[in-house]
Amino acid sequence: MSTLDVRNVALRFGDRQILDDVSFSIGAGEFTGLIGSNGVGKTTLLRAILGLQSIDAGTIVVNGETERSHRIGYVPQKISIDPETPLRARDFVALGINANRFGLRRYTSDEKARITQYLEAVGAASFADTRIGELSGGELQRILIAHALISAPSLLLLDEPLANLDPRSVQEIVALLHSVSKQFGIAVLLSAHEMNALLPVMDRIAYLTAGRCASGTTEEVVQSDVLSRLYGHHVDVLRLHGRVLVVAEPSDDVDHLPSHATLNLDE
Amino acid sequence: MFSSFMLNAWEVGSVVALVAGLVGYFVVLRRAAFAAHAIPNGAFAGAAGASLIGQSTLLGLGVFSVLGGVAITLMGRRGRNDVATALVLVAMLGLGSAFLSQGTGYEGQLYGLLFGEILGVSSSSVVPVFILGACTCAIILALFRPLLLASTAPDLARAQGIRVQWLDMAFGVMLALTTTLTVPVVGALLMFPLMIGPPAAARICTKRPGAALALSAAFALVVLWVSLALAYQLNWPVGFFVGCGSALLYATVRVGTRLRAMSH
Amino acid sequence: MRYLFEPGLFSSSPALHALFLSAVVAAVSAVVGVYVILRSNSFSGHALTDVATTGGAGAAFVGFAPLVGFIGGALAGAGAIEVVGRDNAQHRDTATGLVLGAATGLSALFLYLTATNSTTTGVTQQVLFGSIFSVSTATIPVAALLAILIVGVMGLIARPLTLASLSPDIARAHGVPSRRLGVIFLVCTSVSVGLSAITLGSVLSTALIIGPAATALRLSKNIWRATLASVAIGIGACWAGIVIAYDSYYWHRSSQELPVSCCVVAVIVAFYGASSALRRLRSRHV
Repeated sequence: MSTLDVRNVALRFGDRQILDDVSFSIGAGEFTGLIGSNGVGKTTLLRAILGLQSIDAGTIVVNGETERSHRIGYVPQKISIDPETPLRARDFVALGINANRFGLRRYTSDEKARITQYLEAVGAASFADTRIGELSGGELQRILIAHALISAPSLLLLDEPLANLDPRSVQEIVALLHSVSKQFGIAVLLSAHEMNALLPVMDRIAYLTAGRCASGTTEEVVQSDVLSRLYGHHVDVLRLHGRVLVVAEPSDDVDHLPSHATLNLDE
Repeated sequence: MFSSFMLNAWEVGSVVALVAGLVGYFVVLRRAAFAAHAIPNGAFAGAAGASLIGQSTLLGLGVFSVLGGVAITLMGRRGRNDVATALVLVAMLGLGSAFLSQGTGYEGQLYGLLFGEILGVSSSSVVPVFILGACTCAIILALFRPLLLASTAPDLARAQGIRVQWLDMAFGVMLALTTTLTVPVVGALLMFPLMIGPPAAARICTKRPGAALALSAAFALVVLWVSLALAYQLNWPVGFFVGCGSALLYATVRVGTRLRAMSH
Repeated sequence: MRYLFEPGLFSSSPALHALFLSAVVAAVSAVVGVYVILRSNSFSGHALTDVATTGGAGAAFVGFAPLVGFIGGALAGAGAIEVVGRDNAQHRDTATGLVLGAATGLSALFLYLTATNSTTTGVTQQVLFGSIFSVSTATIPVAALLAILIVGVMGLIARPLTLASLSPDIARAHGVPSRRLGVIFLVCTSVSVGLSAITLGSVLSTALIIGPAATALRLSKNIWRATLASVAIGIGACWAGIVIAYDSYYWHRSSQELPVSCCVVAVIVAFYGASSALRRLRSRHV
C-alpha cells in the first residue's frame, strides 16, 4: 500500500482549471519531486493533499484512508511571525513533539535530547535559542523542517523549501531529507521549480504544468517526447554533465515557455 | 419639537452633522478609523481635565483634540504597535474618568461627555459652533481636490507638487476640530459611527468623489435629524439613535445595493 | 510603612475582598492575554469589551447580576465575530465598527433608562469604570470558580493553541483542530472580559487583559515564563492600584478618593512603559 495515492484529481478556481486529471503515488521511503514553474498549482496540490483545500474530482488517499487522521509533516513556503513572538527556535521544534496533545506535561530528558539532535541535524544548533521571529528566511526554513521531522510522520510535504537557500544549504538539506527518508521510511514530496538539485536523490518525479501531470522515474518522465506531450508543444531535453536542461523552441507564445529554460544557464 | 428650547439643538446638530459627514468622507477614504477612535478619547480626557480646573470643557476638548490630531499625524509615519495604541486609548478614558471623579457631578458629566448631551446645548455656544463649523467646511471644500489626490495616491500628488505632509497635518487638525464640535453633541464614544456610517454608505452608492462627498453630508444630516426627532418624542438619548441609525443606514444601503444587483 | 498602607486597609472587608478578587481575575486575564497578543487579536478584544458594555448596561437595567451581563455581552460579541467571518477586509472592518457603534448606542440607552427608572446612582461609573470595592459578596466565589475553570482550560489547550496561532496549516497537518480551538479560545476570552469588567469596568477591562501580558512578553523569550510573569505583573498592578486608591482617601480630606480602576490602569501603563524602555535599552547594548 502506498503512503500517498493521488488519483485523477481535478480542481477549478473560477474559470481556471488549476489541476486536471493529476495522478501519482508515493510509497514509504520514496522521495518524490513535484516539479513545476511558479504559479502552476504546486502549493494548491499540496494543500489539497493536506486536506486544507477541497477538490472537484478524484481521490486523495493517505495511508489507505481518505480522512486525514495520520499526522502529516508539513513545511509551508513561509509563515509570518511577529518578531516579538516569545518562542525560541528550540521551543518551536519542541512543539513538533506534542502540539497535538492537550495538557502541559513537561518534556522528558529523552525528548530534550531528541530536540537537540534534530536541531543539529538541520544545522540549526547555532541559533537554537534565538526568537523565531528574528530568524532569517533560510534559518526559519531549517527550523520548520526539524519541527516537521521530529513528529515522526509517515508523509512529509515541503512547499518550495529550497527557494530561499544558498547552494550549499540546498545540498545539505536535500541530503538530510534523503537520508531521513530512507532511514525512517518517510514518504517525501518536495515541490520545487528547478529539478537539478534533486536529481541525485529523487526516486520519482511528478512534473506539473498547466494542470496536467506526468509521473514516474526521472528517466521515464524527463524525456523530450513525454514533456512535449505535456506542454502541448515541442520541447527538447538536454543532458549535460549530469544536469538536465529543458528547452523550448523559440515561439511567439510566451506563456508556454518553461521557466527552467532560462534558469539553468546560470548554474 | 421646534420650540426655542429645541432650536439650539437643531442648529448645532445640523452643523455638527454636516461637518462630520464631510470630514468623515476623508476618514473613510484614508482608512483613518483608528484616528477617529483615538482623538475623541483624548478629547474626553481634556474636557474632563478642563472641567476639573474650572475651565470650559470646549476649551479642554479643543486643546486635547488638536494635540491628539497632531500626535497621530506625526506618529502615523512609522509602523504602529497594536498593544501600545490600545493601552493609550484606554488610558485616556481612565484619565478622564479620574479627573471627573475629583470634581462634582461625576455621573452626569461622565454620561454627557461619553454619550453626548445635545439637549444641554446652550445658546451661547451656537455662534462659536457656526463659526468653527463654517471654517471647517470651507477648508474641506477648498482643499477637496488636492486632499483627494493626496489621500488616494500620495506619490502622484507629490509629483504634482502637492505638499502631502502639509495636507496630512491639515487633515489631522480638521479631524480635531470636528471632534471638538461633535463630542458635546453625540459624545466621545459615539462620534465614530456618525463619522463612518454615512460616508461608508455614500461610497457604496456612488464612487464619484464629489457626489459621494455631498451624499455623505446628506446622510449624516438625515441620521442626525431623525435621531433628534425620535429622541425628543421618546425622551431617549440621542446617542442611541445616532449609533443604531448609522449602522442601520449602512446595512440598508448595502443590502439594497446587493438586492438591486441581483435583480438585474 | 504607615504612609504606604493607611489605617484599616487590612481589616476592611471590602478591601480584602477586592485584593482577592483582583488577584484571581488578574491571573486569568494574564493567561488569556498572552494568547490574545500572540494571535494579534487586540482589536477583537476591544470589540468584545464594547459589546460587554452593552451586556452590563442591560443587566443593570433589567436587574441581573453584572457578571452575567458582561459575560453574556462578550459571548454575543464573540458569536458575531465568528459569524461575520472572513469577508472583504475593508467592508468587514466598517461593518464591525458600526455594529460596535450600535452596541454603544444601546449601552447609552440602557444606562439612561436605568438612571431614570431606578434608584441606583452612578450606574455609568459602575458599569463602564467599575468599582471593585462594591462587588457583591455573592459574585466573588462565582468569579473565582470561573477564573479557575478558564485557567484550567487554557492549560489544556496551551500547546496546540500556540502552534495553531503561529500557523493554522501546520497545526492542521499535525491533527490539531485549529478552528475549533479558536472558538474555544474566543469563549475563554469572553469570560475573561466579563471577569475583568466587574473588576475594572468594561471600558478599562482591556488594560488588564493585554497590559500585563504585553509587559511580560517584551521582557522574556520563553512563553511559559512570560505567562507566569504576566500573572505576577497583573496581580501586582491590581494590588498596587487598590492600595493607592484606598490611601488616596486619606491624602486630602476634602476631595474624594481616586477611582480604583483608574489607579490600576495607571500602574499597568507605567509597568508597560518601563518594560518598553528597558527593552529598548537592552537592544541598544547588544
